[in-house]
Amino acid sequence: MAEYALELTNLSRHFHLKNGAFKEPTLLKAVDGISLRIRPGETLGLVGESGCGKSTLAKMILGLLEPTDGDVLINDKMRGASSRLSMSRQLQPIFQDPYSSLNPRKTIEQIIRLPLQLHKIGDANSQQRAVKDICDLVGLPERLLKNYPGQLSGGQRQRVAIARALILKPNILVCDEPTSALDVSVQAQILNLLMDLKKELGLTYLFISHNLGVVEHLVDRVAVMYRGKIVEQGTREDIFQNAQHPYTQALLSSVLTPEPALGLPDVLDSSAWNQAS
Amino acid sequence: MSDATGSNLSKEQLLLPAVPEWRRMMNRFLGHRGLLMGSIILGLIVVLAILAPWLAPHDPYLQNISQRMIPPVWHEKGSWEHVFGTDKLGRDYLSRLLYGARISLTIGLSAALISGLIGTTLGVLAGYFGGRVDAVISYIITTRLAMPVVLVALAMSALVGGSLQMVIILLGLLLWDRFAVVARSTTQQLRDAEFIASAKVLGASTTYILVRELLPNILSALIVVMTLEMAHAILLEATLSFLGLGVQPPMPSWGLMISEGKAYMFFKPWVIAIPGIALMVLVLAINLVGDGLRDMNAPEGRN
Ligand SMILES: Nc1ncnc2c1ncn2[C@@H]1O[C@H](COP(=O)(O)OP(=O)(O)O)[C@@H](O)[C@H]1O
Ligand SMILES: [Mg+2]
Repeated sequence: MAEYALELTNLSRHFHLKNGAFKEPTLLKAVDGISLRIRPGETLGLVGESGCGKSTLAKMILGLLEPTDGDVLINDKMRGASSRLSMSRQLQPIFQDPYSSLNPRKTIEQIIRLPLQLHKIGDANSQQRAVKDICDLVGLPERLLKNYPGQLSGGQRQRVAIARALILKPNILVCDEPTSALDVSVQAQILNLLMDLKKELGLTYLFISHNLGVVEHLVDRVAVMYRGKIVEQGTREDIFQNAQHPYTQALLSSVLTPEPALGLPDVLDSSAWNQAS
Repeated sequence: MSDATGSNLSKEQLLLPAVPEWRRMMNRFLGHRGLLMGSIILGLIVVLAILAPWLAPHDPYLQNISQRMIPPVWHEKGSWEHVFGTDKLGRDYLSRLLYGARISLTIGLSAALISGLIGTTLGVLAGYFGGRVDAVISYIITTRLAMPVVLVALAMSALVGGSLQMVIILLGLLLWDRFAVVARSTTQQLRDAEFIASAKVLGASTTYILVRELLPNILSALIVVMTLEMAHAILLEATLSFLGLGVQPPMPSWGLMISEGKAYMFFKPWVIAIPGIALMVLVLAINLVGDGLRDMNAPEGRN
């Protein structure tokens, strides 16, 4: 078995933002030299506010975006060294928005079956059976297979996305805010499902969220991201009981604010910041 | 009571779509008066065109000098022998009108298919790849938009000579701009959708992604453009034929019929009124269908 399921070394992605025809483009370091390691079977929570670069990081891991610098290693092999097909059998995404992640013109069955077809696994019969099995696994009623995504609820759609991600039996899932587009009541169901699947299949998760509260009960370790960098990393206990960095403390107290819209308490003024770094 | 079966089903799982998709589409179709009327008229014209060989009372090419310029049946000198009368060569006007519908529909459909293929390919590539590909294709689109269609069509058909095939190819090569613009913008909206990203991660080829994932989602917008361009092509064919640069005599194109009748229009107005009204009704029906399809696809119209 690989030593690390996922290893990022000094991963960076910069964007040149154009400011009109005559001004110099500004450089945005969306991801700035991130190194992370996740052991097989481990769940790492990656937390940070919106716009700090989490999705950019996930896209690079998934091969959807070329890094400016640094490497992604999946099961100890360089991403890019092997084909997309073989990479996709090891690592699959769960995206944020189940309304955008399912092709509205395909039936649920076609959507879940597509990975098997693209990878030419089994014949029509065995593919159909595999689709039914995976639906059982993720708690998706079989009668929905002939329906279109538009006829399903958000939670059901996210179950479809999970089924599609798991049907190739990958060992790593990259979940980019998998519940933040769902109703609060449904969020817990999807989180529980992800945890059950982890136990049952021994999956490794990179679990991305802007909300520390969401990851609290799921993760083994937490990495806190701020403006493209990891500012603090530790076990769940370290982070939740003994956060060192003021940004982590700010995130923690924001979990306690009654409404998410209230945002971060204003502790990010420069004095507190400088003390810590 | 629900304990036995319902305990492990969540509430969301119990929510069932009550009406199947095709039923809903059917209801919306029937509820849209313009679409319904347009479809009926267009369907009728298509059926008449297809059945022309069996429905036409006379050979549309058969000249009969002794039977020239007979007025239609509602005229006092008209007869049931020639319901819409005859033209200056004594050919039966109704038969020519029926065969003319075939020409209009063939040209409309073929030209719109050719231009649809060109425009969709260009637009999808520009929208999907962006960057330099988009810059080049956008330049081509702009160049095409800067050309006056009628003028170019006239010049080209004067150069290569008119015929049914030429008109189809010419219009097919000229009318793709709206397809390209619509395909480009709809593709841009979808290119970053997560279902496309998911197919990429799975290792799907770019061709698969464009044809099987993206295209079905922009098709409804393209079909609306298709109806517009069909009507456009039909009118342009009539224009070209009217000017003698399109379909050539003795073919019964409606534009040509109007052209051949124009010398008589002050004394025998029906020679241009009949093909003129036919043209108007056909274009109107196609536009009604196009508008209706656009409404059906509009998200705010969803029930
Ligand atoms: N393709 C892009 N071009 C330019 N800027 C981008 C692009 N993608 C992301 N960004 C910028 O990078 C930053 C990080 O974005 P993102 O990774 O989506 O953040 P998060 O997922 O943490 O909310 C944002 O400021 C965003 O505007
Ligand atoms: Mg994000």
